[in-house]
Amino acid sequence: MSLISEKDKKNLLRRQRKSDYFKKLCALVTWSSVLLLAVLLFQVSVDGFSWIDWQFITSFPSRFPERAGIKSALVGTFWLIGLIAIISIPIGVSSALYLEEFAKPGKLNKFIEVNISNLAGVPSIVYGILGLAIFVRFFALERSLLSGALTMSLLILPVIIIASREAIRTVPMSIRLGAYSLGATRWQTAWAHVLPASFPGIMTGVILALSRAIGETAPLIMIGALTFVAFLPEGPMDSFTAMPIQIYNWISRPQQEFHELAAAGIIVLLVVLLLMNATAIYIRNKTERRLK
Amino acid sequence: MSELSAVGSAPAVAGEKAEAVTEKALELQEVSILYSGIPAVKKVSCNFLRNNITSIIGPSGCGKSTLLRSLNRMNDFIHDVTIEGKIMFSSEDLYGAGVDPVEVRRRIGMVFQKPNPFPKSIYNNIAWAPGINGYEGSNDELVERSLKQAALWDEVKDRLHDSALNLSGGQQQRLCIARALAMEPEILLMDEPCSALDPISTSHIEDLLFELKSRYTIIIVTHNMQQASRISDFTAFMEMGKLIEFGETEEVFTNPKVKRTEEYVTGRFG
Repeated sequence: MSLISEKDKKNLLRRQRKSDYFKKLCALVTWSSVLLLAVLLFQVSVDGFSWIDWQFITSFPSRFPERAGIKSALVGTFWLIGLIAIISIPIGVSSALYLEEFAKPGKLNKFIEVNISNLAGVPSIVYGILGLAIFVRFFALERSLLSGALTMSLLILPVIIIASREAIRTVPMSIRLGAYSLGATRWQTAWAHVLPASFPGIMTGVILALSRAIGETAPLIMIGALTFVAFLPEGPMDSFTAMPIQIYNWISRPQQEFHELAAAGIIVLLVVLLLMNATAIYIRNKTERRLK
Repeated sequence: MSELSAVGSAPAVAGEKAEAVTEKALELQEVSILYSGIPAVKKVSCNFLRNNITSIIGPSGCGKSTLLRSLNRMNDFIHDVTIEGKIMFSSEDLYGAGVDPVEVRRRIGMVFQKPNPFPKSIYNNIAWAPGINGYEGSNDELVERSLKQAALWDEVKDRLHDSALNLSGGQQQRLCIARALAMEPEILLMDEPCSALDPISTSHIEDLLFELKSRYTIIIVTHNMQQASRISDFTAFMEMGKLIEFGETEEVFTNPKVKRTEEYVTGRFG
């Protein structure tokens, strides 16, 4: 004697099987993307790993692959990250704060919101053209680090604004009302409660946006970052190169050795990316614990 | 003693007859509140007296919370709200042209339905608001005094720098009251402050309100009619946005003038 009828049992079995299939399909999709990444990393490592040594990190590029290194590109990339962060974080976070906390909801606000979302989807080469026209030519900043950083900031600002707005929106309204009810102004509320509470989310968004920026090549090519730099930039007005540019340059050469150098460059770039993402996770965990 | 307090503005002692004090803390003149043109509160006129507890009762959606929020301009944060009529606070209209809502909220505090401590330490929950409002005394003293007033000091004095979020719901709500008291408001508005709490925490807070009324004017919205009858000196009954009856609590509960009030307080609807 069973608890349910034969017909119900069949039905239940069929539904359970469906659910099981779907679970397996989802798992397959997830793991195949991980697998793809693993294959890619493996391939790059096989090609480039033997080239990575202290000499590779500390040498300028060279015509001779065994003497070539990534020093100027690495330093250029760090310069870029620093400048982009200085430019884009204050602007991005302030914009998000304005849109969420100060601006009256309405048509204009909606219009800005839609536009920012659209800007996040604009191809990076378009930002490169914009940077070339505005920063390099119009403001006559030349092919400098500053031009590059400003262009890249434009590129990642929409991402930072969207991520910051999301983070700010997760702060419960009750906290704001609590602050207002004690005679706080909007600014005092935003500064003392909304920003600290949304800080982990904002930081995560910012660092992910920055790591997108350091991987971008197209805008830098457009504004004319150099591909062969045998010196280190000493200020924001110096010309520069960056890791993706250096990798691009090596890849486009005919010799096999340079292709392997490119792979080595990719490994270094990936390590920098991973370090940045790890920092994001570390900051988030640390501040989240403090808040709870 | 009771003769004296009736004359001057000295605070009345708790438990004293309500008639002794007649000074108005807030005076509502034909107040209507509209959300996008739809009235939620219709032409309410009444007086809230100093050093008394006034309860606002009524079925859900009757506009009592809306009315309460308008008393310290918390409705300003809701989109498309219009307020008609006048709310006089020491001879000035709260919605008058030159009135800064920030100043209004500094002087008329509020405690919300759900405890909403800041995700900071207990100490900073209390010290923050006076700090930004230019308080120059000792923070330690202020924190201790406020927590004592809210009957929370003994429970938290050894962990003032712990996160407020580690407190129980009832403790959090008393912390929110302490936080409001630290600003030394003239009026304390409470929007169903006990609805998220268990009976023991509720009775703590009710005892507390009884003690606070000698120094503050308290206006409390409650769903709990026993609570209204236990703690308040005056009771306002609202329905469908209208003020149906307003009077001394005893009167409203035992001998209401309006039939509808009687039906509500005896539990025949709502």
